[in-house]
Order: sequence, then C-alpha cells, then structure tokens
Amino acid sequence: MIDLLTTHYNYIASILLVGIGLYVVMGSPNLVRKVIGMNIFQVGIFLFFVTTGYVDGGVPPIVGHTEGPIVSPLPHVLILTAIVVGVSLTAVALALIVRIYNGYGSLDEDVIKEVQVDD
Amino acid sequence: MTDALVLLIVLPIAAAILPVFLGILSDRAGWYVALAMSLAHLGLSAIVANAVDTSGRISYAVGGFQPPFGIELVADGISAPLLVLISISTLGVVVYARRAGPHSNAFYSELALLTAGISGVVATADVFNLYVFLEITGLATYALVASGRSPRAAVASLKYLFVGTIGASLYLLGTGYLYIATGTLNMASLSEAIVATPAGYASPTVLTGFGLMATGLLVKVAIFPLHTWQPGAYAESPDTVSAYISALVSTAAAYGLFRVTYTVFTRDFLEAVPIAADAFVLLGSVSIVAGSVLAVMQSDLKRMLAYSSVSQFGLVVTALGIGNKTALIGAVVHLIGHAVMKGGLFLALGVFAASVGARTMDEFKGLAAREPVTSAAFAVLAFSMVGIPPAIGFIGKWNIVVGAVEAGSWSVALVVVVSTLLTLAYFGRVIERMYFTHPDETDVADASVSADGGQPASDVSFGMRTVVVVAAVTAVLLGIAGSDLIDIIRPALEVYFV
Repeated sequence: MIDLLTTHYNYIASILLVGIGLYVVMGSPNLVRKVIGMNIFQVGIFLFFVTTGYVDGGVPPIVGHTEGPIVSPLPHVLILTAIVVGVSLTAVALALIVRIYNGYGSLDEDVIKEVQVDD
Repeated sequence: MTDALVLLIVLPIAAAILPVFLGILSDRAGWYVALAMSLAHLGLSAIVANAVDTSGRISYAVGGFQPPFGIELVADGISAPLLVLISISTLGVVVYARRAGPHSNAFYSELALLTAGISGVVATADVFNLYVFLEITGLATYALVASGRSPRAAVASLKYLFVGTIGASLYLLGTGYLYIATGTLNMASLSEAIVATPAGYASPTVLTGFGLMATGLLVKVAIFPLHTWQPGAYAESPDTVSAYISALVSTAAAYGLFRVTYTVFTRDFLEAVPIAADAFVLLGSVSIVAGSVLAVMQSDLKRMLAYSSVSQFGLVVTALGIGNKTALIGAVVHLIGHAVMKGGLFLALGVFAASVGARTMDEFKGLAAREPVTSAAFAVLAFSMVGIPPAIGFIGKWNIVVGAVEAGSWSVALVVVVSTLLTLAYFGRVIERMYFTHPDETDVADASVSADGGQPASDVSFGMRTVVVVAAVTAVLLGIAGSDLIDIIRPALEVYFV
C-alpha cells in the first residue's frame, strides 16, 4: 500500500483532482464555483495524460539530449490542445455567468430556480 | 479530389471569421457569407460523395503526415451521406434564418463554426481529433443556445456547458487509457493494436477506456438518464438554432459512438465483452420508453420534440448494441431520417410561433385552418417520425426491428413497437388539436388582438415555409428511395463484418 503511494502518487493526485472537481460541480450551488470545479476536474485529466508520458530516468525530448530513454512528448502536445479547449470553455462559461447575473441578480443556482418558477 | 474532405472543415472555419469583420460594412453581411459557405460546403460534400461512390473509401493525411502518426480524415459510404446531410441542413437553416433570425453577424459566425465542428466529427479517423471536434461543436452550440436573448437561455446553455464538458472530458480520459494501452490514436491502427495488447480485450485498461469513451459520447447523444441538458437547450434557444442543433449535434455524437464502437473496438470486442453490447441495448431501451413517456407529458411543443429526440436516439443506441448488419443499417438510416424530420418539425414550430404565436398545446387548437401549408408539412413529418410508410422514419425503425428479431431479442422488438405507439400518442395529440379541435372563443379573440398589435403575420417569409415543406417532401422521398440509400450504406458496413 505504502509502496503504491510512493510510486504512483501522481496517478493518485490526478484521481483526487478529478473527484474533487466533480464534487464541486455537482455539490456547489454557486455558478462561479462550479466553473472552478470544472477546471479542477479537467486539470486532473490533464495531469493524468502528462504523467503517462514520463519515463523513469528519462531525458527531455529536445535536440542534444540523446543519452538514455526519452520522455514521450505526444501526451504533452495533446494536453496543450486540451488546455486551449479548457480555456475557451471557461471563457464561454464566464460570459454566460455575466448574463445570468445581469438577468437574475444572483449566482446561486437555487435562487435562480426560484426566480424562474415565479416567472 | 481528397482535398475536398479537408476543405469541408477548413472552409466553415475560415467563413466563421468573415462575418465579424464584414459586420463593420453591413449588418446583413453575415447572412451572405453563411449562404456562400453553405453552398460551397454542399458542392464539396457532393465531390466527396462522388469520390466515395467511384472509389469506395477516401482518406486524407492532414499536413502530409502519414497515418497512423498523423491525423487522418476518412470518408466512406456511411460518412459521405452524413456530410451531404450536414450541407443540406446548413443550407436550409441559413435560408430559414434570413427572416426568422437571430439577426446578428455573431450568429452566423457561430453557425459556421458549428458546421466545421460537426463536419470534423464525421470526417475524422483519429480519436483525439474527435475530442477536439466534439469540443468545437460543443463550444459553438453553447454560444448558439445562449443567442436567445432571455437569461433563461443563458442558464440552459450553462447547464449544457457543464454536462457537455464533463462528457467530453470523460471521453478524453478514455482516449488516454487507450493511448497508454496501445501507443496510437488512429482509429484503424487502434483496432489492431488493442487486439495485440498482452491481455487483449480483457485488459482492464482497454475496458476502462471503452467505458469512459462510451459514457462521454452517450452524454453528448443525450441518452436517458444523461439527457438532462437537452430539453432546456432545445427549448430555450431560438427556433432556428433548435432546428439546427436537434438535427445535427446529437447525430454527430451518435456517429462518433458508432465509429468508436465499430471501427476502434470492432465487433470482436462486443462479442468478447457481451456486457458492453447489453449495456447499449439496456440504456437505449430505457431511453426509448422514458423519452416517449416524458414527451407525452409536455405541454410546451419544443420540450415535447426535445424528449422525442431522447427516445429516437435510444433507438439508434439500441441498434448499435444489437450489432447485426440489418440493425446497423437501420441505425444509420434513422440518424439521417431523424435529422431531416426533427429539423423540419422545429422549423415548422418556428413558423407557427412567428405567424400565429402558438407555442403550447392549447394554442395549437384549429391551427390547420390558419396555417394550412405548414400544418400539412408538420403532419407529414410527424407521421414520418411515428414510422408510417413510405416515409424515412419507417425505413429506419423497420430495419432496427428486423435486426432485433434476427438477433433473437424479442424484448427489444417489443420496446420499439411500443415506442411507435407512444410516438403516435404524443404527435396524435398535437395533430388532433391542429385539425379536429375548434379554437375557443377567447383564443380567437387573443389571436386577432396579437395579429393587430403584437406580431404581424408577415413575420413569416415564403422562404421559411418553403424550407419546412422541402423537409417534409425530403422525408417522404428519402423513404421512397430508401433501398437506394441502403445500397450506399451497405458496402461500407460490410467492412465491419469480415
């Protein structure tokens, strides 16, 4: 068990981040916190990808570093793309939240639901 | 020749930038850009379809990097009809939007971006690239849903954004598992590499990857109980947007699910892991029944159509689970048919709302007398959705039922037949009110008041009605030409059955 913790702590960290992120998205009534939770959730997945590319004792995949095994650069490149997607999503989400706040005067999901029922 | 395949994606992305700049010159510039884009898109997809017709399967290596290392785009007998469908739907929606709106250049930018995303999902042969196109589709859809001015639309869009992002991220995590197991992302080479892994299909990494990818895509398809984002998104967006996204967005995701299940994991995987196929059949069947029952309960017509989509995509997913040739043909035909029918129905609702202000079940009383042509088109599309021959809805459902019987799953065949009755129940209610119920006295008074002051009848253009009628005629013609459509799809499906 301890062995697993010391050798696979990066995987455990990414699973924890995914769990925390999902919990915040579902559990928090505040819309901005939900966006933060969504970001944490995505970062957990990004970390998972990045960590899979690492090779123990590996060298960076840069010209000049040829001795020893080379770290796989592909997952890192994929995650660069995914980070861009994540930033765009956050921007759209925040833009929507601004409109929701202008319309309802609240960021609390429960309050917004009540106002919608009253309409 | 194969360049047309990549241009199908590049052209709309380039066109998405133009309305923003041309907006300085004219408020209507966006429409002309969108029209030119959709006509060019139609031309390109016709070239691709023609190439597929002559040579079977065409492939394009993006940036000159040869697959499996580079990104590959592929068109075959299944994706080519879908690409043509995307072009024609885009053209129809653009023509409709000229009068119906939303009247802003940003709308046309988002529409072009969505066209690019959907074309990409259909054309790509790389699992990570599929994720990127799913997210482009998602981002454009969130913006389009929120283009309705009400804060309600923003709330619906944000909900869709949270659920959609988590779905797409689960899919991304699944591709990560597959990449760890195999070291490749190309769909065709993945199918070989998965078998070659030490534990093969029994490998926990591969199984987890499948579970995550399938769950993520099922969220995007909006299968019960993962459908919660969908009714709000369809109901709160402007009518033009509802029609476009209901016709294509879930369709593209369902096609992605088909590709991942049958190209990446193949039928051997479904045979080795029967629980995967069983889960598709179970989730699909539950979705068919639950979607129909929820649709019967709605009084808002747009919500009713939204829940109807949950039920119809249940059919498609069930057919993916059954997995024999007949059922898969039914699934692809129903994907195409559903897009024509549901898009047309939403556009018809837009006409009703603009001309007589009817949006709920009660307001539909006696509508046929006031809006005869559109009502007739609506009725044709509704009966097609129920599955009455010779329309396209029948061909899809018939093949799925026959496939289920061939596979010996009588329970599935029963569910499909029951769902047909439920579909008749919720569309019958609407048609009964339109044709056989006289409007109440108060309704007539209200209508005359609103005709005087609120919304003049001239809000509906000839073009809007024409698009609805064309959708209805297409649904019937596709049904009559159903065997030709099946002849195009069948050779591409044979590949999965060798």
